[in-house]
Amino acid sequence: MSLRWSAKAAVLPLLLGACQVQHYQSDFGGAAVEDRQFLALFWIFIAVCAFMYALVIIFLLGGIIRMRRLDANVVETGRHHESHPLMRTTLIGWTVLIGVGLFALAVASFVTDRSMAKAAANERLSVTITGNQWWWDIKYNAADASKTLQTANELHLPVGVPTRILLDSNDVIHSFWVPSLAGKQDLIPGRENDITIVPRKTGIFRGQCAEFCGVQHAHMSLVVVVEPYADFIKWWDHQLQPAPQPTTPLTLAGYKYVTSGPCSACHNIGGTSANGQIGPDLTHLATRKSLAAGTIPMGEGNLYGWVEDAQSIKPGVNMPTVGLEPDQLHAVVAYLETLK
Amino acid sequence: MTDIRADAFDSMRERERVRVEEEERRLAAERRKIARDGPKLKGEKLAARLDLAWRRPPGIIGWLATVDHKEIGRRYILTALGFLALGGVLALLMRLQLSKPDNAMIGAERYNQLFTMHGSTMMFLFAVPVMEGVAVYIIPLMLGTRSTAFPRLNAFSYFMYLFGGLMLWGAFVLNVAPDVGWFAYTPLAGPEFTPGKRADVWAQMITFTEVSALAAAVVLVCTILKARAPGMTLSRMPLFAWAMLVQAVMIIFAMPAVALCSSMLISDRTIGTNFYNAAEHGDALLWQHLFWFFGHPEVYIIFIPATGFVSMITETFCRRPVFAHAVVVLALMSTGILAFGLWVHHMFATGLPRVGYSFYTAASISVSVPTGLQIFCWLATMWDGRPRFQVPMLYVVGFIVTFVIGGLTGVMVAAVPLDLQLHDTYFVVAHFHYVLIGGAVFPLLGVLTYWYPKITGRMMSETLGKIGFWMVFLGFQLAFFPMHWSGLLGMPRRVYTYPAGLGLEVPNMLSTVGAFVVAAAVGLFVINGIWSLYRGVIATPNPWGAASLEWATSSPPPVYNFAHIPVVESETPLWDVDGELPVVTGLRVDEKEMLLTTVVAATPDTREPVPQATLWPFISACAIGIVFIASIFSPWAIAVGVIPSFIALTAWFWPKELKRTAEPVIT
Amino acid sequence: MSSRFRASVLILAAGALTLTSCDREEHHSRAKPIGETVPAGASPPTIFPGNSTPPPLDARAALYDNNANAIGKGQQLFLQMNCVGCHSHGGGGMGPPLMDDEWRYGGRIDQIATTIAVGRPNGMPAWRDKLTDDQIWDLAAYVRSLSGLPSKDAASSRTEGMSAGTPQTLTPHGETYNSDAAQQ
Repeated sequence: MSLRWSAKAAVLPLLLGACQVQHYQSDFGGAAVEDRQFLALFWIFIAVCAFMYALVIIFLLGGIIRMRRLDANVVETGRHHESHPLMRTTLIGWTVLIGVGLFALAVASFVTDRSMAKAAANERLSVTITGNQWWWDIKYNAADASKTLQTANELHLPVGVPTRILLDSNDVIHSFWVPSLAGKQDLIPGRENDITIVPRKTGIFRGQCAEFCGVQHAHMSLVVVVEPYADFIKWWDHQLQPAPQPTTPLTLAGYKYVTSGPCSACHNIGGTSANGQIGPDLTHLATRKSLAAGTIPMGEGNLYGWVEDAQSIKPGVNMPTVGLEPDQLHAVVAYLETLK
Repeated sequence: MTDIRADAFDSMRERERVRVEEEERRLAAERRKIARDGPKLKGEKLAARLDLAWRRPPGIIGWLATVDHKEIGRRYILTALGFLALGGVLALLMRLQLSKPDNAMIGAERYNQLFTMHGSTMMFLFAVPVMEGVAVYIIPLMLGTRSTAFPRLNAFSYFMYLFGGLMLWGAFVLNVAPDVGWFAYTPLAGPEFTPGKRADVWAQMITFTEVSALAAAVVLVCTILKARAPGMTLSRMPLFAWAMLVQAVMIIFAMPAVALCSSMLISDRTIGTNFYNAAEHGDALLWQHLFWFFGHPEVYIIFIPATGFVSMITETFCRRPVFAHAVVVLALMSTGILAFGLWVHHMFATGLPRVGYSFYTAASISVSVPTGLQIFCWLATMWDGRPRFQVPMLYVVGFIVTFVIGGLTGVMVAAVPLDLQLHDTYFVVAHFHYVLIGGAVFPLLGVLTYWYPKITGRMMSETLGKIGFWMVFLGFQLAFFPMHWSGLLGMPRRVYTYPAGLGLEVPNMLSTVGAFVVAAAVGLFVINGIWSLYRGVIATPNPWGAASLEWATSSPPPVYNFAHIPVVESETPLWDVDGELPVVTGLRVDEKEMLLTTVVAATPDTREPVPQATLWPFISACAIGIVFIASIFSPWAIAVGVIPSFIALTAWFWPKELKRTAEPVIT
Repeated sequence: MSSRFRASVLILAAGALTLTSCDREEHHSRAKPIGETVPAGASPPTIFPGNSTPPPLDARAALYDNNANAIGKGQQLFLQMNCVGCHSHGGGGMGPPLMDDEWRYGGRIDQIATTIAVGRPNGMPAWRDKLTDDQIWDLAAYVRSLSGLPSKDAASSRTEGMSAGTPQTLTPHGETYNSDAAQQ
């Protein structure tokens, strides 16, 4: 059938293309226990479903090839109320085959589900992610209250450690999804969901909100850094430090503007008087790899663009276009770049 | 002296005698007026009398007032195809925007409106109404009767559908288009996060189309159960009629859920109720449960009539009835029942109890068993029969090749661990387009080709049809197969753009090219339809040599469908009868009348008068439509608008005769 | 009337009507460019004594006053900037009520915007350095909607969230049924 040819022709270049693709936002990433179990089940399903499809196509081809024979049970021969003697048996066999196959798939699905739950038990790290339109508020929970860390839009995870992420939302339904690591779970206002991830490979991965949440749903992404445990603790300790003091006149001017102007109405910078709780935490902004929830990579030019006119990069976002004068802009960006 | 009482008695008897004579004379005159079809009145004279009784007034008033199911069915089909074209244009715009990463052709807000309008148009304004339209046209012909049950309700349902569609598209043109997705999850669609009237317009469109679908479903259930030809027992009823019966019952159970949840949404948005507000002890998930309780049966409501199409085409073009008729009927019924137990599979990511999810995985996987059996039966019919691959049969083959892929990817997403990765990605978009286009649109195109001669009296061009089939089939595979890939590579749904470097560029570009091929193919189908209206080969009553009753009358049928009501003695009446079909006679020809039969055995039961053409269904639809639209802006509209609606409905239901007069018995 | 005819009429109508648009639904995500806005803090006088002719309405009023998106944004800002701390949800407390028709400093949208920007005696802070003009006008539009001044169909009926208690979905009922129970 033409489909098989077109499928064969299309799959190969796509597969080759995929080999060159970095799997940092892909179901084939296999970077955590959950995604690996997904892949195993996925291939089982593909195999069984492909087999069933092949049977259907063979039956169909048979019917087409036999179209010209003279002894058919049709109205022209008067035998249109009869059928092939084995057809009823084949029907029963087909039903049994489908039933068995689907039952096996359902069992495989259930077994995978239970084993994912088991692998996710005994979590050792707890993170709370609160979804907002259109950014991620991330809080690392610790038994010692002085060690809880508030950050935004970038999630660091220690490799090999089961991490339980509690999911909540401040406004509409979002969905936490890092395909290379695990399946998704919704963030629903008024409900507390959770997802446990056991990363197995270090690297930088990308997630995206997977539930339509408004005008900038397409740009609500998340950078996930999986690193060795020691590096993770170093990162955590560094993030707990207050923001560095400005040293040069330019950065001091920026600091003055940020802490007294509109930035402080929404943003929090630890150790300063900017204590807004509405927007993402900016204490160590310059250590992050992206801006605007994964929309643009971190960099001086992008910082300029975002601070000056956020609405042109991510139209509709809650951060207003402030309308800074040029020297104010230079000062603010210079200060933000010191927030390492 | 004579007895005074004797005299009185004589004059009483005299008066009595005169009275009886006058009564007899009057009855004889009446008897001469009532005419019935039969051996004394047949052929040309009968056709002329029936035409006189059944035709509607000419002109615009008659057009608005018609209760002829064929006219209403044609309107439904043409309007639905119009909405298909509009929804398709939206899809092309979406595909153009997504053809390149970080494309700036269409902004976020407009794109959100586009996919909301595309989904809502296709699901509510095209897919269900087109199935209703084909059924409303064909079912009375297929069942051997002169009209549907409740013809005025039928007319009303079309106008409600039309007004709902015009309201939604009017809103789009006026920049009040909904932008919350066709499924409008709360709290995004609630009062705080979607200000203005956009989501209210969407919710009220639901009300229009739901009222329309319920009305059409009631019409179909009553027609199929009570208006069949004598002798057409349930086991001899064609498979399309079975499919429509199951579908109509499903509509009756499923549609109220979405009407309820959308009304609750309007109420939250306009008068401050808290159904979906968790902070005030409502629940955002309530919306999802109610919507998907409707939403999942909805896709089977779209698919099951398509299986009916496939059964009819397969029977005719393989020259034998479908193998294991009883199995197909049972499969239809089980699919219809099981479809109501699956809806939570749309909510696997919402954090409901995991063990409960396993039940829905099992149920979702098991619903594919009856459909798998139906596929076997059609393939067995091809195997045992002698298939002729004209255009309708090509579409059946295309359906099997395409729909089974969609069904199998459906089995995949029914498994919770797989769904948690694949939900809300382009993999699901691929899945449902495979089952909806492969499973409903291909059979629809095939059946429109199949029944085109019956509806218009001409054949569609076979060459153009074949070219169109291959274009739409190959274009569809090109457009939607790569979406499986982009979903697996991490592309979520409902995004107006995606970043470069994720490997999504190639699949998206392929999909865009394929989408344009599909659009060209649909355009070719429309051109074929228009060209054939003027230049197609004139069709005989039964050009395909088919077996069911709609082919026993001329193409197109006369306004009264059948000169005499046929009697059915087998599942394939036209194949099993030598010469003329047996008929029953005795229906009146001076008034519109149809024959009702019993539900199971179809023995003649009663003669039912059929209403004349009337404007009240149209006027009622206008009044109720105005109430619905105005209530978006103010609740007072309901209080005020009830009055004209009440007047219109009262006028509609006002009985024709206030005094029962007995019809004289013919001895 | 064939569907082609209907479709072409629709397309022509659409072409004509796209020239209009529903102002209530317009979504402008940016304030006007810097050169055209009044510099922050230098708003024109909007309080005028006696019978003097009031100055003309600021040109921005048309963009915000009956605009559903502006009122929605203002509603969110009202909560985020803790206006509810003094004005409650319009009923007033430490600050005067905003739901009534008594406007100490004027109830026109530009007067309200000035009040928010420059502050007022007896406790109304000046927000001009903390909020952009766009945000201030959104708030002004919302405040006007609290007393029902713009058309009813532009204002939304409620916010998400009002109650001080725990949502039903988060209240423990003995055996909780959030998803961690099923992870075991």
